[in-house]
Amino acid sequence: MDQFTLNLLFVGASFALYIGIAVWARAGSTSEFYAAGRGVHPVTNGMATAADWMSAASFISMAGLIAFTGYDNSSFLMGWTGGYVLLALLLAPYLRKFGKFTVSEFIGDRFYSPTARLVAVICLLTASITYVIGQMQGVGIAFGRFLEIDTTWGLLIGSCVVFAYAVFGGMKGVTYTQVAQYCVLITAYTIPAVFISLQLTGNPIPALGLFGEHTASGEPLLAKLDQIVRDLGFAEYTAAHGSTINMVLFTLSLMIGTAGLPHVIMRFFTVPKVSDARWSAGWTLVFIALLYLTAPAVGAMARLNISELMWPNGTDGAAVSVEQIDNDPEYAWMATWQKTGLLGWEDKNGDGKIQYYNDANAELQDRAAANGWEGNELTNFNRDILVLANPEIASLPGWVIGLVAAGGLAAALSTAAGLLLAISSAVSHDLLKGQLTPNMSEKSELMAARISMAAAIVVAVLLGLNPPGFAAQTVALAFGLAAASIFPALMMGIFSTRINNTGAVAGMLSGLVVTLLYIFLHKGWFFIPDTNMFTDADPLLGPIKSTSFGAIGAAVNFAVAYFVSGMTKEAPQEIKDLVQSVRIPRGAGTAVEGH
Amino acid sequence: MSENSEDNNAYWDANVRLIKISLIVWAIVSFGFGIIFRPLLAGIPVGGTDLGFWFAQQGSIIVFLILIFFYAWRMNNLDQEHGVDEE
Repeated sequence: MDQFTLNLLFVGASFALYIGIAVWARAGSTSEFYAAGRGVHPVTNGMATAADWMSAASFISMAGLIAFTGYDNSSFLMGWTGGYVLLALLLAPYLRKFGKFTVSEFIGDRFYSPTARLVAVICLLTASITYVIGQMQGVGIAFGRFLEIDTTWGLLIGSCVVFAYAVFGGMKGVTYTQVAQYCVLITAYTIPAVFISLQLTGNPIPALGLFGEHTASGEPLLAKLDQIVRDLGFAEYTAAHGSTINMVLFTLSLMIGTAGLPHVIMRFFTVPKVSDARWSAGWTLVFIALLYLTAPAVGAMARLNISELMWPNGTDGAAVSVEQIDNDPEYAWMATWQKTGLLGWEDKNGDGKIQYYNDANAELQDRAAANGWEGNELTNFNRDILVLANPEIASLPGWVIGLVAAGGLAAALSTAAGLLLAISSAVSHDLLKGQLTPNMSEKSELMAARISMAAAIVVAVLLGLNPPGFAAQTVALAFGLAAASIFPALMMGIFSTRINNTGAVAGMLSGLVVTLLYIFLHKGWFFIPDTNMFTDADPLLGPIKSTSFGAIGAAVNFAVAYFVSGMTKEAPQEIKDLVQSVRIPRGAGTAVEGH
Repeated sequence: MSENSEDNNAYWDANVRLIKISLIVWAIVSFGFGIIFRPLLAGIPVGGTDLGFWFAQQGSIIVFLILIFFYAWRMNNLDQEHGVDEE
C-alpha cells in the first residue's frame, strides 16, 4: 500500500470517529449547544479542553519554530502552559461560581453596563478571528500535505470540512469529539517522538532523550546539535540571542492571553462544581504538558536529523547530491513536500550538490568562496512543515506518517471548531439576543449562531491566504489581543470592587486599541501585506516585537481602568455584593441562561 | 451571608495570600530561572547545556502543574475550614 492510501485510511478513520460521536451527541437546545449540560467530569473536561486548546499552533507549528531558533523560542513552551496557572488561580473558580455561559455575560453583569458587554464582545471577536486565521493556516498545510496539493487548495478544502464539522453540534458534541481528538493527536505526536528519541539517544522518553547522550557521537545531544549548527554558520541552539526584555514580555503576553481566551474560559463554565473548576484546570495542563514536554525534544532532534541529512558526510565533507535527493528513498519526503510549495531547493552553483548553510555568516562566506558555493541552496524550508514531515525525515514506517497526518488535522479541527463556537455564541447570544433582539426565539438564535460561524470562516480564509507569520506566530498575535483586552477586565472584576463600568470600558478599549495599533503597524493594516510601517526585525519601541506587545497592552488596560474608576462614580452596593458572592464557592448553582 | 461576612473576609484573605505565594513561585521558575537569571545558573550543567535551559523547556512546565494541583487541594481544604464549600 502506498503512503497516500495509508494517509487517506488514517485520516478517513479518524474523521469517521469524530463525525460518529458528533451525530450521537447532537445538540438539541441552546443550553446544550453552548455548555454541554452539566455532567462533564473534570478529567474528561480537562482532556477536551486540552484538545480545544492545542491547536495547529501547538501541534504543527511550535516545534518547528523551536527547532530553527532554539532556546529563544522557549517562550512558547512557558507561555502557553504558564497561562493555566493564572487561569486556575485567578479566573476559573470565580467564573464558574458566577454561573453564566459566556465571558461577556460576566463582564456585562459585573460592570452593570450593556456597553461593557458590547465592548467585551468586540474584544473577543477580534482575538478569536485572529486566532482562527492561524488555525486555517495549519488546516491548509495539513490538508495540502495529506492530499499532496498546494496549500491554498488545502486551505479551501479544509475550511469546508471545518465548517461542516463545527455546524454539526454545539459544545456537547464537541466535548466528546474533542476527547477522541485528544487521544488521536497525543498518540500521533508522541509515537514518532519516541521512535526518533530511541534512534538518536536510546532513551524512549523524548523529554529525557533531549538531555541525554547522542549515541552516534557519544556526546550530549544538545552539545552535538550546537556544534553542527555552529559549523553551518547558524546561531547556537541552546544560547540566548534575542533581547531578554522582549522574551519576558512575549512569554508574559502568551500567559495572560491564555487566561483571556474565550474558548478556553468557556470550558470552565461547564464543570459541575467550583472545586471541579480548580481541578479541571490542573487536568487540562496535565494533558497539555504531555505534548509540551515532548515538543522541545521533537524540535531539537528534527533539526539534528535535517542537518545530518543535508550533510551525510559530516559538516566538513561533501553535501548531499541532487541525484541522491531524487533517487534515495530516505529523501523521498523532500519531493512530497515540494508539491505543497513549502519546501524548495536549487543547485545555484550547478555542482550537483545542495549546500545548506547560513549564507549571511561571514565565516561561512569565506568557506563558500573557497569551495565555489553560491549561497544557501535549501532555499525554502517553511517552519510549519517540520512536525508533519518529521516522521518521514527520520524514515519511520508508513503508518506513523499516516497517524501524524490524522493528528495534525485533529489538532487544527478541534480548535477551529471551539473558536467558531465561541465566535458564534458571542454574535448570536451576546450581541443579538443580549443587545439587539432580546425576544429572539431559540431556533433563530441557533440559526444566527450558524450564520456567524460561516461568516467567520470566510474572513479567516481570506486573511489566511496571506498570513502575517507562521501559524504559531499568527496565533501569538491573537493571544496578545486577548491579553490586552479580556484578561484584565475579568481579573479586576473579581479582585477589585473599586473598578466601575466606565473604568472597565475605558480599560478594555484602550488595551485593545493600543495593541491592535501596534500589531497593524508591524504586520500591515488588517494584515494586508506591505501596508506595515515597521517590521519585527526593527520594531517601533526598542526590542519589543508586535507579538510581545500584549503584556504592555494589558498594563495599559489595568492602569486606565484604575485611573478612570478613581475619577468616576463608585460601583453600586449590589455590584459589590455580587463580587463578594463570586468569591465564595458556597451556593454555586448550575449555569443559567442570562437575559 | 452577611452574618458570617467576617469569616468570609478571612477566607478571602487566606486565598489571596495563597495566590500571591503561588504566583511568586510561578514567576521565579519561568521568568527567573528560565530567562532573567539563566546566566547565573550557567555553571550548573544539565545534559549538554545548563539548568536555565532545562527550566525554560521542561522545569517550569512541571512546576506549573504542581502549583495548580497544590492550589486546588489547599483551596478545597480552605473552603471546608471556613464553611464556604459547596454542599
